[in-house]
Amino acid sequence: MNQKGKSRISEMISKRESDLLADWIREQLAATTLRGDLMKESELREQSRQFLNLIIRAASQQPNLDNINAPVWDETREYLSAISRSRAHQGFSPGETATFIFSLKQPLFAMLRQELEGDSRRLAEEMWVATSLLDKLGLFTTEAYQKGREEVIGRQQQELLELSTPVVVLWEGILALPLIGTLDSARTQVVMESLLQKIVETGAGIAIIDITGVPTVDTLVAQHLLKTVSAARLMGADCIISGIRPQIAQTIVHLGVNLADVVTKSTLADAFAVALRRSKLTITRVENPS
Amino acid sequence: MERIPILKMGDYLLVTIQVDMHDRLAMTLQDDLTEGIARTRARGVLIDISSLEIVDSFIGRMLGNIAAMSRVLDAETVVVGMRPAVAITLVELGLSLPGVRTALNVEQGMSLLQLARAEQENINGYGER
Repeated sequence: MNQKGKSRISEMISKRESDLLADWIREQLAATTLRGDLMKESELREQSRQFLNLIIRAASQQPNLDNINAPVWDETREYLSAISRSRAHQGFSPGETATFIFSLKQPLFAMLRQELEGDSRRLAEEMWVATSLLDKLGLFTTEAYQKGREEVIGRQQQELLELSTPVVVLWEGILALPLIGTLDSARTQVVMESLLQKIVETGAGIAIIDITGVPTVDTLVAQHLLKTVSAARLMGADCIISGIRPQIAQTIVHLGVNLADVVTKSTLADAFAVALRRSKLTITRVENPS
Repeated sequence: MERIPILKMGDYLLVTIQVDMHDRLAMTLQDDLTEGIARTRARGVLIDISSLEIVDSFIGRMLGNIAAMSRVLDAETVVVGMRPAVAITLVELGLSLPGVRTALNVEQGMSLLQLARAEQENINGYGER
């Protein structure tokens, strides 16, 4: 780094820790990016104090402060990613999250200026060390924030997938699978698996696939549907497809999709009636309810 | 040599596949089963594959072949207890076994065979054979 060897930043920070902390917190509280609605001041203070502590500890072991991936920075990085993740969940923007680090620059530089007054070469060198360290930490924060957001998105996708494929037992031996939303390959796989699993669990002989909530049926979707029907048949269950809207019936015929081997009905009620008949069940109206 | 046992129960033959099938075993089963149908004059074959976890296109085709062969020998075939993963695999392989009857378990498979037999007798006249 510099010819005289190690940087003296860590010493200076630890010497003036309380001043620096106070300045930094004042800086953060004054900033326009402060989100008092999402986070309490006491929490901010606590986070700043702990983070500064961690920096001092890491800096005392790595005088050059040039590699934040080194093991001595482990704790700092963990703490920082915990902060970013929690802020991502709380609804902070990436900029607001990174500001937590960048707002430390001003107080830190002010301190360096006071400490190294008169030694401009030294001052420039230490400034460079400090700024590159804070930039790296800031970038790291943004990355961690991004990861936190991706986790949220991934979890939501998974939940949506599970929510959108319920298999309902309509009657003993009769299952219904109301499909809502577009069918793609990944979803068909989930649909197929959950239907077949439920067939095994309940020993149902008839499954009604209701596509009232499927907005469009193209050749791929039709193929996916037929695959599901074939797989259920291989296991010994018959499928009925219901909820085919007029436009979809037109599309299916125009596309030349062959649904001849599958029983299709326009409404779930019709399909249920067929299923009941096949199970040798009837519904009768009770004339004189007692 | 490894063989899959074929049990005779009344007019039906029962085959329970409890090991993973390899090609030679499948061929042996095909031979044994066609011979067995001819010898016992069985009217139906029930193949239980509930313990079968792995299928490939060969085994899938063999199941279809067995069904077609036994139909030629005047016996219905029912495949029972297929696992979801196996069903998905067969469909993805493009083998939906159109000529094979299927049932969820042995019990339903047996009643399906009896039903098929009753239908046959209605068509052919009772007690023809």
